[in-house]
Amino acid sequence: MSGGTFRFDGRPVPFEEGQTIGAALWADGVRSWRTTRLAGRPRGFFCGIGVCFDCLLTVDGRPDERACVTPARAGADVRPGGRGDGWAG
Amino acid sequence: MARSADVVVVGAGPAGIAAAVAAAVAGAEVVLLDDAPRPGGQYWRHGPAGLGPHHHDRRGWRELSTELAEQRAAGRIALLPAHRVWRLEPSPEASGADGTEGTGGATVHAVTDEDPAGPGGGAAGRERPVTLTARAVVVATGAHDRVLPFPGWDLPGVVTPGAVQTLLKEHGVPVGRRVVVAGSGPFLLPVAASLLRTGATVVAVAEAGDGRGWLTGGRAVLARGSRLREAAGYAAVLGRHGVRPRLRTAVVEAHGTDAVEAVTLARLDRSGAVVPGTARRVACDAVAVGWGFTARVELALQAGAVAVPGPDGGPAVAADPWGRTAVPGILVAGELLGIGGAALAVVTGRLAGAAAAAHALGGSRLPVEAEPVERRLIERRRQLIAFAEVLHRAHPVPAGWPAWLRDDTLVCRCEEVPVGRLREAVDLLGATDARTAKLLTRCGMGWCQGRMCGEAVARLAAGPGTTVLGTHGRDAGLAARPVAVPLTLQALADDPTRREVGP
Repeated sequence: MSGGTFRFDGRPVPFEEGQTIGAALWADGVRSWRTTRLAGRPRGFFCGIGVCFDCLLTVDGRPDERACVTPARAGADVRPGGRGDGWAG
Repeated sequence: MARSADVVVVGAGPAGIAAAVAAAVAGAEVVLLDDAPRPGGQYWRHGPAGLGPHHHDRRGWRELSTELAEQRAAGRIALLPAHRVWRLEPSPEASGADGTEGTGGATVHAVTDEDPAGPGGGAAGRERPVTLTARAVVVATGAHDRVLPFPGWDLPGVVTPGAVQTLLKEHGVPVGRRVVVAGSGPFLLPVAASLLRTGATVVAVAEAGDGRGWLTGGRAVLARGSRLREAAGYAAVLGRHGVRPRLRTAVVEAHGTDAVEAVTLARLDRSGAVVPGTARRVACDAVAVGWGFTARVELALQAGAVAVPGPDGGPAVAADPWGRTAVPGILVAGELLGIGGAALAVVTGRLAGAAAAAHALGGSRLPVEAEPVERRLIERRRQLIAFAEVLHRAHPVPAGWPAWLRDDTLVCRCEEVPVGRLREAVDLLGATDARTAKLLTRCGMGWCQGRMCGEAVARLAAGPGTTVLGTHGRDAGLAARPVAVPLTLQALADDPTRREVGP
């Protein structure tokens, strides 16, 4: 694995070798990439070690991946949110 | 088919690596699993380039990782990184259900992601089950930050101190440019020092304790000169940057719309209540708040081990000095024995590894306590526990913290349950423990399974002076989890040990 870029919501985000998607997004200035299903509140990084599941997003069509532990991969199609977003509209 | 080993160690942090090495040295064939891509745990978490300037006890890591490499090269330890253990099932004999002392052991159920580039080339992201059987299992799953709710804590930019360290240690990314570090415990100092070294501004370090607890620590503290020197080193870094930790001060609210923009700092009285007139708003773009650590006890509890309150009031697992639980062949090491830090984790890991090998290879034969190596480890363990107890007394969760909450403050982040609904369950519906509160409010029913809110729910439901274990004794702050991590139904269906269970 080496550095490169993945696409987040359609735009390129750079990452360094070994970085997770969450770390690359954070380094790029993105602070949230999910909204809660009831109040629609923004969420991003919280525990940083895969425990809190606040940082869920969709990677290459797979929903509910933890951004903080999922390695960034060149060319990956990353989209905000998972399956549970926006239940309340 | 299920792979078998003499000893399986779950968790490749300081305790797990030490346990694996000790078991291998004693002659056992060992499998060491971890959910991270590289061994080291949270303490020595690192990127592909290895340890960097933000790591501590690099010598300890060099020694332990060298021992691990030697045992792996000799074929005595198989390291399985990126494996998530979701279930630990004791062997039927382990329970001694037929009235005899069982030989013990367990089945360890894990999942790992198929590597599309690897041999076999599965579909990307597809989970593959990995099932292991072992005569002895050492659970060394470590801990995560202990968090408590406060108004605004769900805003992006409010994170745990562990998240700050992970971003720096593994990824070289500072969490923000103007950061507040708060909560309680000596761990706040290295977090602040690391941020300062990256060029970030640390706006404030707020420590809820008053420092007096250390003065009464006596010999237990003086015996840990290395920790005192380490703390002095952080204090020096903070001092050079003009940052003076504020004692008996807490972040009682975070402000912002889409991300944190400021926090309210306030002085606390002896009970942890806010001193009127001391609240002060401070601008920041990130805030890290932590109250020590919560041991990850769920796998041990799944296997039938007994939960006990740890020295910090959080959940721990009952075990003897060798880490042996009440279930034959199920051992625990490190933070599961009571939060005590990396040095204690290595010592308890070595003891548990030796005991696990003895169990696996020689039935119930015990390691010999009279051996000089073991005697030294047990004495060292006693010293480190004494130090940890002083630390926990000096950095308690302030008794008055529930008064910082408002009715609309979320207590459960996943299910978005506000404190008001939890209080209703307690005051009107009679919940007195976390489990009942969970059933009435959905606190702890979301993705994290109560890992974030469990202790807060237990404390709010049970009231002051009670433990996290709840009235059922095994709640352990909502840590009784039949499935430890989410997994796909496909992986479950593919599990080689799957069997139909009749009525």
